Amino acid sequence: MPLKTENNFHQPGKRFFRAYRPGDDFYEALIETHRDLSDEQSARVNARLVLLLCNQVGDLGLLREAMAIARKGVVAEDDDAT
Amino acid sequence: MFLTYDNPVYDYARSPDQSAAEPVHHPLIVVGAGPVGMAAAIDAAQRGLQVLLLDDDNTVSVGSRAVCYSKRCLEIMDRLGCAEPMIEQGVTWNVGKVFFRDELVNQFDLLPEAGHKIPAFINLQQYYLEEYMVRRMDDLDNLEVRWRNRVVEIDNAPERVMLGIDTPDGRYRLSCDWLIVADGANSPIREQLGLESRGQWFQDRFLIADVVMKAGFPPERWFSFDPSYHRGQSTLLHRQSDDVWRLDFQLGWDADPEEEKKPERVIPRVRAMLGEETEFELEWCSVYTFRCRRMERFRYGRALFVGDAAHQVSPFGARGANSGVQDSDNLIWKLALVMQGRAPQRLLDSYSDERVQAAEENILNSTRSTDFITPKSTMSRIFRDSVLELCRDFPFARQLVNSGRLSDTAFLIDSELNTAEDPDFCGDMVPGAVMLDAPIEGPDGERWLLDTAGGPFVLYCYLGESGGLSQQTRAALHALAGASIPVQSFVVVAAGAAAEEHATVIDREGLFAARYDARPGSCYLVRPDQHLCARWRSFDAHSVAAAVARATCNG
Ligand SMILES: Cc1cc2nc3c(=O)[nH]c(=O)nc-3n(C[C@H](O)[C@H](O)[C@H](O)COP(=O)(O)OP(=O)(O)OC[C@H]3O[C@@H](n4cnc5c(N)ncnc54)[C@H](O)[C@@H]3O)c2cc1C
Repeated sequence: MPLKTENNFHQPGKRFFRAYRPGDDFYEALIETHRDLSDEQSARVNARLVLLLCNQVGDLGLLREAMAIARKGVVAEDDDAT
Repeated sequence: MFLTYDNPVYDYARSPDQSAAEPVHHPLIVVGAGPVGMAAAIDAAQRGLQVLLLDDDNTVSVGSRAVCYSKRCLEIMDRLGCAEPMIEQGVTWNVGKVFFRDELVNQFDLLPEAGHKIPAFINLQQYYLEEYMVRRMDDLDNLEVRWRNRVVEIDNAPERVMLGIDTPDGRYRLSCDWLIVADGANSPIREQLGLESRGQWFQDRFLIADVVMKAGFPPERWFSFDPSYHRGQSTLLHRQSDDVWRLDFQLGWDADPEEEKKPERVIPRVRAMLGEETEFELEWCSVYTFRCRRMERFRYGRALFVGDAAHQVSPFGARGANSGVQDSDNLIWKLALVMQGRAPQRLLDSYSDERVQAAEENILNSTRSTDFITPKSTMSRIFRDSVLELCRDFPFARQLVNSGRLSDTAFLIDSELNTAEDPDFCGDMVPGAVMLDAPIEGPDGERWLLDTAGGPFVLYCYLGESGGLSQQTRAALHALAGASIPVQSFVVVAAGAAAEEHATVIDREGLFAARYDARPGSCYLVRPDQHLCARWRSFDAHSVAAAVARATCNG
C-alpha cells in the first residue's frame, strides 16, 4: 500500500456535510493538544504522538517513505541528494 | 467624500406618533436599518405584516465593511426582491487562490457544478447592498422607515415592549407586541436589557483598505501567507465593483492602530503589494481587531435578536452579514404565524435554537480560520507553515489550509421542527437542509426550483416519468392547500413526461431527481424559509399534516 497523500480525515459514524470539516476538526484537536505548553513540552508531545502513530501504521516501508518526505526540505543539504 | 460613491441622505420626517398623548402601539418594530434589520423588515412586510423600522442614522454604511455575499444570502435577497441589482452591480467570482511565500499552493472553485440560478459569491460594497434594500423598502406600503430615530429606552415587559426614542424633535415613546433587535455588534438595546454577547477577542490587528485601480488581476480571492512584500504576515486581495479593490494586511498585535491608518503608512504597503507600476488611489481604510461572540439565546420574551447584535464573527469567511440575513429568513415566517395566531409563541424559541446552532458553527469556522491565520504559539506556527510547505506535493495538506471557510449554510439536522425521515434516502437533502436549486419549468413560468418555494409551506411530489396522480391524492393535496396552515403542492415530473392536471414542475435537466435522491413517489416538505423539514418515499396526507404541525409547534 502506498503512502496516502489524498485527504484521509474521517470519523466513523459521523456524517460531515462539508468537505473541509473533518480536516478542520483534526487540525483543531492537534493544536489543542499543544495548548499552554512550553516549546520543549510541545516537542515532547510531538515525539510521543509520532511514536504512537508509527506503531499504528506499523508498515516500515510506509514509515520510511513518510520519514524521508518529512525530512526533505527541512535540512538544506538533503534537498540536493534526492 | 469617497472617490466612487456618494452616500445618499434619507430625510428625517416628523411622525404624527411624536405628537400623540399616549405612546402609539405598533404590532412589530425593527430597530436598526443595517442589512439584517432591513431584510427582516422587508420579509415581514412581504408576509403581510405591518412593520415600523427605526434607525438612528440617515444614510447607508459609511465606508464599505462587508464585501462578499454568499449564494444563500443572495437567494434570500432574491426572494426579498433585492438580488438583481446586487448581481448586476457586483462582481461574480468562484475561484479562490492561496499563496505561500509567493507560490500558489491551493486553489478552490466554490461552485464547480452548473444548474443554480444564483452564483456562489458576489463581491459588492456594503453601501450598495443597503442602498438597494432601502429602495426596495420604498415599494412596500405596509413598511414605514423612520430615520434619525434612536432607541434609547426599552422596557421588555411580558405583555408588550415600550420604547423611548430620540429624534431631532426630542424624545417620544412607542409600544409594540414584538421587537426585532438589529442594532449591530455593540447593540445598545442588548446593553440596556443587561444582556451579554460572550466570546473571545483575537490578539491581532488588520489594516483593511479599499483602493481604486484599473488592474488586470482576475476577480478571484487571493490570500497570501508570508508574502515577500509583507514578511511574516498575511494579505488578501479581492475585487469589488467600480474598480474598487479590498486589501487586507495582517499587522500583528503590537501594531499601533492610529499610526497604521495614516495614508503615509498605508500607501507604501499597498504599493509593495500591487507593484510600483500599478496606479491606485486610496478610497477608505481602517484598522480592526476581531472577535467571535454570541448571546446565549436570541429570544428574550418579546425581543428577538438578529445579526451582529446576536452574534459576531471575524470576517475570514464572510459569515457576518451572510449569516445575519439567514437569521431573519428563519425568524420572519415564524413570527408571522405567531402574530397571526396560527402558531404558539414556542415556535419563536425554535428560531433561537436553530440560529444559535448556526451561529455556533459560524463562530467555530471563523475561530479556526483566525487561529490558522494568527497562530498562537511557536508550535502552532510550525504546524501551520508545515501544512503550507507540504501543499505543493501532497493534496491532503491543501485541504488543511484555512484562509477562511467561506460562508455556507448550517444543516439544522437536530432541529425539533424536523420529522424523522424514511431511512433509505441518500444525499444531502436531509430534513434541516436548505434546498438546493435546480433548473426547472414551473407552472407560472418559473425557471428555477427556488422560485417555487419561500412563500407558504410547499410539498413537492416526485412522479418521474410515470405520471398520474390518483383521484384520492389530488383531493388530499387540495385539502392541504386549504388547511389553516396552507401547503402549496407541486408534482415534479421528468422532462418529456405527460402533463399533469396538478401544478407541475418539470425537472428540465434531471437535477431535481439527482440532488434530492428522488424516486417516483418521493415527497419533500419545505418550510417557508426553503429548509426541508420532512421527506418520504411515498405520499401520505396524514404524515404531511403531522409534519406541518410539528414544524409549527402545533403538534
Ligand atoms: C472589515 C469588515 C469586513 C466584513 N466583510 C464581510 C463580508 O465580506 N461578508 C459578510 O457577510 N459580512 C462581512 N462583515 C460583517 C458585516 O459588515 C456585518 O455582519 C453586518 O453589517 C451586520 O449587519 P447588521 O444589520 O446586523 O448590523 P449593522 O450593519 O451594524 O447595522 C446596525 C444598524 O442599527 C443602527 N442602530 C444602532 N443602534 C441604534 C439605536 N439605538 N436605535 C436605532 N438604530 C440603531 C445603526 O445605525 C445601523 O444602521 C464585515 C465586517 C467588517 C468590519
